[in-house]
Amino acid sequence: MSTEVQSANLIKAPAEPLFSNKNIRVLKDPLGDNNPVTVQVLGICSALAVTTQVMPSLIMAGSVIFVVAFSNLIISIIRKGIPTRIRMIVQLVVVATLVTLVDQVLKAYVYEVSKKLSVFVGLIITNCIVMGRLEAFAMQKKPWASFLDGIGNGAGYGLVLIFVGVIRELFGSGSLLGYKIVPQWAYDMGYVNNGLMMLPPAALFLIGIYIWIQRSLNKSLVNVS
Amino acid sequence: MHTNRYTFIYAAVLTIIAALLLAFASEGLKSTQQVNIILEKKANILKAARIDVSDKSKLGDLYNSSVEEVVIDTEGNTKDGLKAFDLNLKDELAKPDAERSLPLYVFKKEDGKKIYILPLHGVGLWGPIWGFISIEDDFNTVYGANFDHKGETPGLGAEIATTMFSEQFPEKKLYEGESQDVALKVVKFGTGKNIPAEYRVDGISGGTITTVGTSNMIRDCITLYQPYFGKLKTKIIPQGSDQDNSGGTTIDTSGVLEN
Repeated sequence: MSTEVQSANLIKAPAEPLFSNKNIRVLKDPLGDNNPVTVQVLGICSALAVTTQVMPSLIMAGSVIFVVAFSNLIISIIRKGIPTRIRMIVQLVVVATLVTLVDQVLKAYVYEVSKKLSVFVGLIITNCIVMGRLEAFAMQKKPWASFLDGIGNGAGYGLVLIFVGVIRELFGSGSLLGYKIVPQWAYDMGYVNNGLMMLPPAALFLIGIYIWIQRSLNKSLVNVS
Repeated sequence: MHTNRYTFIYAAVLTIIAALLLAFASEGLKSTQQVNIILEKKANILKAARIDVSDKSKLGDLYNSSVEEVVIDTEGNTKDGLKAFDLNLKDELAKPDAERSLPLYVFKKEDGKKIYILPLHGVGLWGPIWGFISIEDDFNTVYGANFDHKGETPGLGAEIATTMFSEQFPEKKLYEGESQDVALKVVKFGTGKNIPAEYRVDGISGGTITTVGTSNMIRDCITLYQPYFGKLKTKIIPQGSDQDNSGGTTIDTSGVLEN
């Protein structure tokens, strides 16, 4: 009897479309209501350190998206074979391999930015978002959903980074992506770049303001974390 | 629960796959990374000669056309058969005095003036610090400087790598009077009041050990080049009496001295 029910379930479960509502939610939730930085408050360290300019923020965002997405995918594919006792170590090996790959590629193709990011690329290994998603999602879910979850969470992290990066570079250096935005006449008339924006505390304030705005728009987030 | 045997084999296979993958990636990207590193060194040398290096595409040509590389020994003679650019000052400093080969870069300005660029290498708080310092052809006036570090404290010692710090160097003097001791010092703000301003560079607040390290590095490295500069000086500014050029040491300064 029970085997019948099981087999019936197996047959009944149709192949889920690649972009089913559920998968879309997996992808989109981390951008807003389940943002890893502003709601789960993970990965703050690098968000403070690399966001003085937009370019490093973009590269860092891309790197984290790549690492979270592919470590989620790989761990999800091999999740059934991972020996339980060395589960965490296996996850770390996969994450560390991917991060080292990213680091090598950055050093080869965007050397200047990789120097600015310095240790923070290597520190993606210890970014709580990565291990957090592996443990919370990839160890239980199928590869495709895990992959989307990785992209979503990486992008959620990246979104905050770019938000902070844009504001810090605009007000701290008067430029965006290195192009001057604040015109010279503004400086001639006495406008001064905000030095605080170049310092890590500025990122903390900005993330705080981001969280404030987000929670006033969505009351259900208050007291989530 | 998996068996021990399974766990061990799993761990071994996983590590081997990861290691292979990384080894291939590292080997495959090495040449591209090397190009970046060489370009960065060239940029740092030119930066010490106060050249704007923001345009990376022209950097290689500019370097090749305006910088002449010289290798010297600690006695002040030029050495042949070595390429200055490939020498690592850190390795040379580890050798005994007599075996050292010191790289020197001679930058020719548009007006024909020569700027001598010396590499520097020393110790900071957490690790090595290095840089380049350039000297005008009076061998006393600093023309420019440029520093970097491995892992000094961000916001404190690490500030030696900023232009805010290095732009203090131009116009400073190395030697006081006839003395052969390097008088230029990097000191904590306010403590060097007895040192005249032209021999004093303000250090970094909160980065005292890095500051002292930078000061010692400049003194030690410049001292190594003194014999060579001394010989060049006597050639450029003949002082009547024959200085110690008699010891059979012939200086090959061709290409360095023509003005």
